[in-house]
Amino acid sequence: MKAAILQHGRAVAAFVIRDFSLVRRYLGWESVWIVYTVVSILTIGFIGVDQGDDELVVFLMVGGLLWGFLSTLFHTLAESVAWEMWEGTIEYTFMAPISRSAFLVGSCAFAVLYGLIRTVAILAAVILLFGISLANANVTSAVVILVASSLSFVGLGLIAAVLPMFSPERGSQTAHILQALVLLVSGVYYDVDVLPGWLQPFSKVSPATYTLRAMRGALIDGRGLGEMRGTLVLLFVFAVVLIPVGYAAFTWGETHARRAGKLKRSG
Amino acid sequence: MEPAVVCRGVSKHFRKRAQRDSGRTSRASGFSLARSEVVKAVDSVDFSVAGGEVFGILGCNGSGKSTLIRLISTLLLPDAGDIAVFGCDVVRERMAVRRLINRVSVEASFYKKLSARENLMYAARLYGVSPADADARARHILGELGFPAGRMNDSMTDLSRGMQQKVAIARAFLSSPILLLLDEPTTGLDPRSKRDVQRFIRYLVESHDATVILTTHDMDEADALCDRVAFIDEGRFVAVGAPAEHKARGGGVASLEEVFIDLTGHGLEEEQR
Repeated sequence: MKAAILQHGRAVAAFVIRDFSLVRRYLGWESVWIVYTVVSILTIGFIGVDQGDDELVVFLMVGGLLWGFLSTLFHTLAESVAWEMWEGTIEYTFMAPISRSAFLVGSCAFAVLYGLIRTVAILAAVILLFGISLANANVTSAVVILVASSLSFVGLGLIAAVLPMFSPERGSQTAHILQALVLLVSGVYYDVDVLPGWLQPFSKVSPATYTLRAMRGALIDGRGLGEMRGTLVLLFVFAVVLIPVGYAAFTWGETHARRAGKLKRSG
Repeated sequence: MEPAVVCRGVSKHFRKRAQRDSGRTSRASGFSLARSEVVKAVDSVDFSVAGGEVFGILGCNGSGKSTLIRLISTLLLPDAGDIAVFGCDVVRERMAVRRLINRVSVEASFYKKLSARENLMYAARLYGVSPADADARARHILGELGFPAGRMNDSMTDLSRGMQQKVAIARAFLSSPILLLLDEPTTGLDPRSKRDVQRFIRYLVESHDATVILTTHDMDEADALCDRVAFIDEGRFVAVGAPAEHKARGGGVASLEEVFIDLTGHGLEEEQR
C-alpha cells in the first residue's frame, strides 16, 4: 500500500517536474507570453483610466487577472495530450504502469501552480501601474472562490484534453474555439447583461460567469462567504459534475485512441 | 516454463480515409469525395516466444511489424485474438503487462528541448524508480552503449540520431523490463552506433535474462541476433523458424533476404500500404 502511494506520488511529481523543466527550457517564449499578457491586461485597464472611473479599472483588472488564471489552467490541461502527441512521447507516457489519475492529477497540479505564478507576476505589474488598492477585499472569500472555480475549470480542461485523441489537429483547434467562447459569454470585461438575448443562456452554463461575479464581490465589495453561499455551492456543483465527466471522457477517449490507432506522434 | 509472449489469432485493422478518385468532385461542394478504406495491418497472427529468447520479426515498411509491437505493448486494442505476456492478458491486465515490458521505437521520441538526463529522470519516475537509482542505472547503461557521459545534460536536439537512440535504449532498460520490445532500434544509425546497440542487445540477453522481440528489415542483424525469425508480409506471418532453418528450407541459400524474396515474391525495400 505504502509502495503504491509512493509510486503514485512519484508519477504525479514526474509530470509537474517535467512541465516546469519545459517552462525553463522555453524561458524565452514564456517571457514573451507573460509580457504580452501583462500588456494586454494593462491596455484594457487604461479604458477605465480613460473614463476616469477607478471602479471600472478594478472591475476590468479583476476580470483580466482571473481570466488569465482560468484560461491558463484550461489551456494547459487542454494541451497536455496535444503536446505529447506533437513531441511523440504520448505512447511512452501511456505505456507506463501508472493510473490515468496520476497523469491527470500531475497535469492539473502543474496547471494550477503555473497559473498562480503567472497571475501573481501579472498582479504585481497591475498594482505597480494602476496603484489598485484591495484594502476592502475579503481574501478568504477570494481564495475559496479561486479553489472552487479551479476545480470546475479542471473538469472543462479534462474534457478539452480528450479532443486531440479523436483528431490531433482539429481537437486542438476545437479546444481553442471553446476557450474563446467561454471568454465571450462569461462577462470577463463587461456584465453579461449586455450580451444579446440569444447568447445569455450560454453565460448561465459557464462556470466563469459565476466565478467572475463572486470574485468581484469578494475583492471589490469585500463580500463574505455567507453572502455568496449560493454562488459557491453552484461552483462546487460545476466541479462535482465536470471532473467525473472529464475523467470519464478521458478514459473513453483513450480507449477510442487505442482502438483506432491514434496515440501515435502527430506533427 | 511459461512462455514470455503468446499471440493467438491476433488481427488488427484500421480505417483509412482514401481519395476515391482525384478527378471526381462533388458538383455541389467542389470538394473531392473521400471514402473509408479498411487496411488489415495484422491478420490472424499466431506465435509464441520463450523466456530469454530473441525473437525477430522481419518485413517491409508497412507490413505490420510496428502494429504488432503496439498491440503487445498495450497501445492498441486487437480486433480479434488474444495476446498474453508472461500469462497476463494485454487487454484485461494491461497494468500488469506494463510493469513487465518496455519498448524502443524507430523514432527516438523525447521532449526535444529537455536534456537526456531530464528525459530519463521523467521516465524513471513514471516507473517508480528513484532519481538516485535512475541516475546510477542510466550512467551504467549509457556507458555500456558508448554514450559520452559529458553529454547527459545536453538538450536532445543537440544529440546525434545515434546518441538519441542510445538514450531511448537506456530509457527502456531503466525500468528493468523482462520483455523488451525493440521496434527497428538500429534503423538510420551509423555503423558504429549500430554495432554499439547490437552489442548491448546481446549483453542484455546474456547478463539479464531478458526476452527480446526485435523488428527489423536488416537481415544481417536478424541473422546475428535472433534465435528465431518470423517473416511478416501484408500483416501475415509467412514463416517462423531459426535463421539456419530458414536458409536450409531455402535450399541452402546464403542470406535471409533471399529466403524472404523466395517466400513473398518481393524484396524488403518495397513499401506496403
